[in-house]
Amino acid sequence: MSISRTNIWRGLACAVLLLVVSASLAANWLAPAGYAKQYREAADASPSRQHWLGTDEIGRDRFARVLYGTRISLLLAPAAALLSTLMAALIGGLAGYLGGGWARCAMAVTDLFLSLPWLFLLITVRAVMPLNVSPMVSVLVTFLMLGLLGWTSAARVLCSTAGSLRDSDFVRQAKASGIPGTRLFWIHVLPNLKPVLYAQFWISIPAFILSEANLGILGLGVAEPMPSWGSLLKELEGLVSVGEEPWKFVPLILLVVVVTSFQLVLSKQDEVAA
Amino acid sequence: MTDLQGRLAVMETTCRKILLGIACLGILAGSALAQGELRFCLRSEPKTFDPLQVEDESSGAIRYLTGGVLVRLNRQTQALEPELAQSWKVSKDGKQITFKLRSGLSFSDGTAFSAEDVAYTVKQLMDPALHSPTGDTFRSGPGNVETNIISATQISITFPAPVAGLDRQFDQVAILSAHSAKKEMAVLGPFMVSDYKPGSTVLLKRNPNYWKTDAQGRKLPYLDSIKLDIQPNRDVEMLRFKRGEIDLINTLDSEYFDKLAATSPQLVHDAGPSLDSEQMWFNEVARAPLPAYKKTWFRSANFRRAISAAINRDDLARVVFRGHAQAAVGPVSPANKFWFNARLKPETHSSDAALKALQGEGFRLENGTLKDVGGNAVVFSIITNSGNKYRERMATMIQEDLQKIGIQVNVVTLDFPSLIERMTQTFDYEAVLLGLTNVGLDPSEQMNVWLSSSENHQWNPSEKTPETAWEAEIDRLMRAQASSADAKKRKESFDRVQEIAVEQAPFIYLVNRNALSAVAATVQGATPVILVPQTYWDADRLTIEQQGATAAK
Repeated sequence: MSISRTNIWRGLACAVLLLVVSASLAANWLAPAGYAKQYREAADASPSRQHWLGTDEIGRDRFARVLYGTRISLLLAPAAALLSTLMAALIGGLAGYLGGGWARCAMAVTDLFLSLPWLFLLITVRAVMPLNVSPMVSVLVTFLMLGLLGWTSAARVLCSTAGSLRDSDFVRQAKASGIPGTRLFWIHVLPNLKPVLYAQFWISIPAFILSEANLGILGLGVAEPMPSWGSLLKELEGLVSVGEEPWKFVPLILLVVVVTSFQLVLSKQDEVAA
Repeated sequence: MTDLQGRLAVMETTCRKILLGIACLGILAGSALAQGELRFCLRSEPKTFDPLQVEDESSGAIRYLTGGVLVRLNRQTQALEPELAQSWKVSKDGKQITFKLRSGLSFSDGTAFSAEDVAYTVKQLMDPALHSPTGDTFRSGPGNVETNIISATQISITFPAPVAGLDRQFDQVAILSAHSAKKEMAVLGPFMVSDYKPGSTVLLKRNPNYWKTDAQGRKLPYLDSIKLDIQPNRDVEMLRFKRGEIDLINTLDSEYFDKLAATSPQLVHDAGPSLDSEQMWFNEVARAPLPAYKKTWFRSANFRRAISAAINRDDLARVVFRGHAQAAVGPVSPANKFWFNARLKPETHSSDAALKALQGEGFRLENGTLKDVGGNAVVFSIITNSGNKYRERMATMIQEDLQKIGIQVNVVTLDFPSLIERMTQTFDYEAVLLGLTNVGLDPSEQMNVWLSSSENHQWNPSEKTPETAWEAEIDRLMRAQASSADAKKRKESFDRVQEIAVEQAPFIYLVNRNALSAVAATVQGATPVILVPQTYWDADRLTIEQQGATAAK
């Protein structure tokens, strides 16, 4: 009974994710006004037939910005998660498989990365970047930075798992059969790391969405006029005022719903990994 | 007979009670003016209680409330009024000022006030080892400042070179006691520091020796104390105001202003355009790491004027500041009654005129993209400090305004240290959008911005010699106004500086924000103004309406 209920929740989570992704991909049709057009005569307007979620402080249609922002956050967060998972697989997996000094060295580097105040690091990296980059490039750079800096936790997990695999009977037997090390890694070790990689990938997506949101709130994420969930959440800064304008909470609700959905889907992956 | 005597005795007792009651009510009503605590927030920890070392807003607030000054700029009329000095006279050459002091005054600790204290303060102020920011405004040339104590109530101070607006500068100089063991904690202002809890509160108590009285001869200040809570978060400050935990907000955001005005319009005050301005400028530094063609754009006055014309300032004021701002005219806000050049008019917004002006410079519009004579697309970035929502919104609106004439603007928000590093060290930027907070009215306080040799000459700092004829002319005019004691001549010089600044547009002035504040209904006598400190500039005459006092009345 409890299993079927869990499956229902997972199904619902998948449906929500599918709906949100579909809506964001159909933003051009659902919100033809676009995310950048400023309706200056209707700035900070309440929801209306023309603007379903009202307009932001400079008159941009909030519904359009939510859809386009969702597209950016939901498409690029998985891309960044993929990058970080691949790096984790390469660094953590290899280190665990090779063991000894290699593992100690790789884990020392990982620990060093983990100990870095990554938020300040991102701020510093953003500060030294060229200024004249288009908003689209700024989006890519933001998520690229997140991907390049977000591999460390996953690398530790993969190092440990690869280490266990290295000492397992079937790998020893393969080694004894004379299979070369590289082939052994690609054919026998890596496929057995897949469930862990999947789980790490799914875990990273909501983490990167939240990281981008954090950067956006600090004004250091995706450049204007491009929207992202981070920049949309900045509207909630003035707690005193938004209490009377509940529609401004839509991006936050959407973020919570999507991250929760990812977690529900993720629990399935955890089982697979186990 | 006995009964009558008894009745008379009862009547007498009753009458006495009534008279006593009336007297008590009278005392209560009278003491209502002399009681109460004003509470408001400082937005940061005060860095110092030494009035000569003040450079931050919070320390400035404490200096204003505790410091006794020789002359005081009336924040409402913008006229200079006598305080500790009954009268003063500035010499024709602008180098010497002679004060006639009030007699019989004493510091909060009871130490007598005399010309010796003024001489001691000036000596401390000009001590190079102290590096007093207030003292810097008096440093007009090499040499020593000399004080001459003529009598206990008369002193003359001579500077090595003329000091522009010499008498007005003393508005910022709180007089120290030469003899008090309490040093800077002995004050001549209406309040004195009583308690300080770092990170929490500063408590100011009434100075029992304050010299001023009101028209009825009652001693000022009326308030018992002022409690300053250290609270950097503006949301929390607003919530506390709404709950009645603080009595005033000195500077209010336009969003909060409107929200508060919707529910309690009697509590908010819009005093009109303030001295503060928001502006943008292009990087004109010759050694900046920018492509040569971009340097050519940025160093062209016609290019800058065209950009200026393409920006819709009225929209910035109306949308970003919700109407609580005014399109800026030039370097001086209209709020500065004397120094504003009334002949200047706001730039007329016109995308067509801007495009035409650019085409006159050889630019051309191709498929919606503006290109220069070399075929380079006109693309530049505007940097501003992250976290300032008003500047981010202005930059985004400017981005759309300039897109209409085919210019692509990339808005980049940076943390403040990175922004300053790019502006002052590496010069690796194209355009900046920032604000300028003007505290003083006198143009001499802007010398560090306008002199081409200055480090704060933002568009092209520290020029060895003026790189353009108009910068040389500004240098000449600024020095002329600074070395003259004739207000009319100074005004003429500075009017011309303003005209050149508008013609050449090294700064593209955007808006002047209004001075917005909130004052609780319990605070009596507050008349918010545009000059700092907007709400408590007459703190010695403010009263708090107490419930008990109201009942007594």
